[in-house]
Amino acid sequence: MHRFSLWAIALTLLAGCHTAASKPEAGYYGLGQNLSPAEWAPWDLDVAPDGTGLPPGSGQANQGESLYMERCAQCHGEFGEGVFPYGSLIGGIGSLGTTAPVRSVGSFWPYTTTLFDYIRRTMPFDAPQSLSPNETYAVTAYVLYLNDLVPIDQPLGPKNLAQIEMPNRRGFVPDPRPDTHNRACMAPCTQEIP
Amino acid sequence: MSERRPHQPLRRGLLKASLWGSVAFAARPLVAQPLKVPDWTRQLGRPAGDGTYGLPSEFEKQVVRRQLSWMARVPESAVNFTPLQHQKGILTPSGLHFERHHGGIPAIDPDQHELVIHGLVERPLRFSMEELTRFPSVSRIHFIECAANGGLEWKGVQLETAQHTHGMLSCSEWTGVKLSTLLGEVGVKPRAKWLLAEGADAATMTRSIPIEKALDDIIVAWGQNGEALRPEQGYPLRLVVPGWEGNLQIKWLRRLELGEQPWQTREETARYSDFMPDGTARQFTFVQEANSVILSPSGGMKLDQTGFHEIRGLAWSGRGKVAEVQVSRDGGQRWELAQLEGPVLPFCLTRFTLPWRFEGQRQLLQSRCIDETGYVQPRLDQLVAARGTASFYHKNAIQTWEVTNQGEVRNAQV
Repeated sequence: MHRFSLWAIALTLLAGCHTAASKPEAGYYGLGQNLSPAEWAPWDLDVAPDGTGLPPGSGQANQGESLYMERCAQCHGEFGEGVFPYGSLIGGIGSLGTTAPVRSVGSFWPYTTTLFDYIRRTMPFDAPQSLSPNETYAVTAYVLYLNDLVPIDQPLGPKNLAQIEMPNRRGFVPDPRPDTHNRACMAPCTQEIP
Repeated sequence: MSERRPHQPLRRGLLKASLWGSVAFAARPLVAQPLKVPDWTRQLGRPAGDGTYGLPSEFEKQVVRRQLSWMARVPESAVNFTPLQHQKGILTPSGLHFERHHGGIPAIDPDQHELVIHGLVERPLRFSMEELTRFPSVSRIHFIECAANGGLEWKGVQLETAQHTHGMLSCSEWTGVKLSTLLGEVGVKPRAKWLLAEGADAATMTRSIPIEKALDDIIVAWGQNGEALRPEQGYPLRLVVPGWEGNLQIKWLRRLELGEQPWQTREETARYSDFMPDGTARQFTFVQEANSVILSPSGGMKLDQTGFHEIRGLAWSGRGKVAEVQVSRDGGQRWELAQLEGPVLPFCLTRFTLPWRFEGQRQLLQSRCIDETGYVQPRLDQLVAARGTASFYHKNAIQTWEVTNQGEVRNAQV
């Protein structure tokens, strides 16, 4: 075969590889409908740790107390102590590194935004997403107040909620696994590695 | 050819299956009798097509999902375990796939269901189910394992059967569009490093997933074992995230948002983080590390006869393929290589077998999985040394089944 033909074949193959490997451009399949912010807004509930996504509104603990008693206390307890089988929302701050750690919203949860987001999307358990933004701020404030993290009359809103630092803000670490080093000795290993 | 060895019955008569679905092997009568010609041979069976959806034999009623009553006090947020000890191959029948929901099982009309993708993308889009199923599709067999599988036994034995020790584990063929295809269609902006996946259920379950995994092998699935997803498994649409913990594999998927940082949702902070003795919690512990369990024999069963038995089990790894499975009969002193039954697929249950003669002597059966990265499944004491006993999730310790000299099989820790 001529050298030229070989080159032609090689180039053709390379071109084929290139076509197969390169990804189709956005919109290649032409499927799906354009989506505007106004359209996705009703589903876009998430709140980032820096407060991005917090809705306009305001609420404080003494406004949230009656709502909490009416809609939350039957599971979480009047003081956030938890009604079996539901766990506690309060207590344990400073206990995590001890031999009797208590993990509650106050002692364990790293961000106030996590609390707001969770209440907003899932609570009350039997009527999720039924609270207004003001009610969500107020109940969030009440749970933080039960943990002595905000005063009872401090209004919380999109400007200041994310600024409140939770006690366990720095308690989360990356995944170091694999963290075990077993060996596949077919008879007892001569040297044991823990 | 070796001489035929008669099986010695350990106990006469028939043992009933226990409440927990244990298997008992019926002992043969001691006196030989002529074969019976049963009724089902002398009369016609039922006609074809007398049922709209076929069901298992009426004699398989013990093969059902089971809960633990003390874990099911909030029925909408409970666990239902797969009867792994009865599973015949690598695929879990869809109706036996383990369940874990956080806000009940929604009844979603697929004609009204949509998936939206927005955030750091060039073209935010909304897709109907009809549009999604027109994309190029894949079918892959993958296990899904709850991060909490095995997590009830960090401090000691408290469960009887493999259904409860390992049954937050199932394996299906999943059919759908690769997430990378959908992300290509919307165009991911370079700043996007994380993706938030959200369900349409009452929990609107949300988890942050790194973009590398999203662009790698995640499937947006609508099919399970040849039919539409079961409602308990996310009908009409779910994520399948090969090898990673079940909670990430968002069911009833409705929304994907791309961003620069993880969202720090409740399910990736307060839950599904691994609590350490020093008070820190490991976060984004995604991979389900190599694991295995012997299922025949396993806890709650009774061997009624001595002689030949095949040891059978399942092995899996969230880091790829199973490379090797070893079996010990003396509590981990000496090990033998088990046979892997194909296919051996990445992020998939792999069956292993080992021929065995039970001669009425106490045995401590164990299996150990080694995956293609060389990682060796750990002993419980090694896991406890690394993590203490309060981390709950990701317990992949070697399981021990004690076979007593009477043939009873019990959950044990050595």
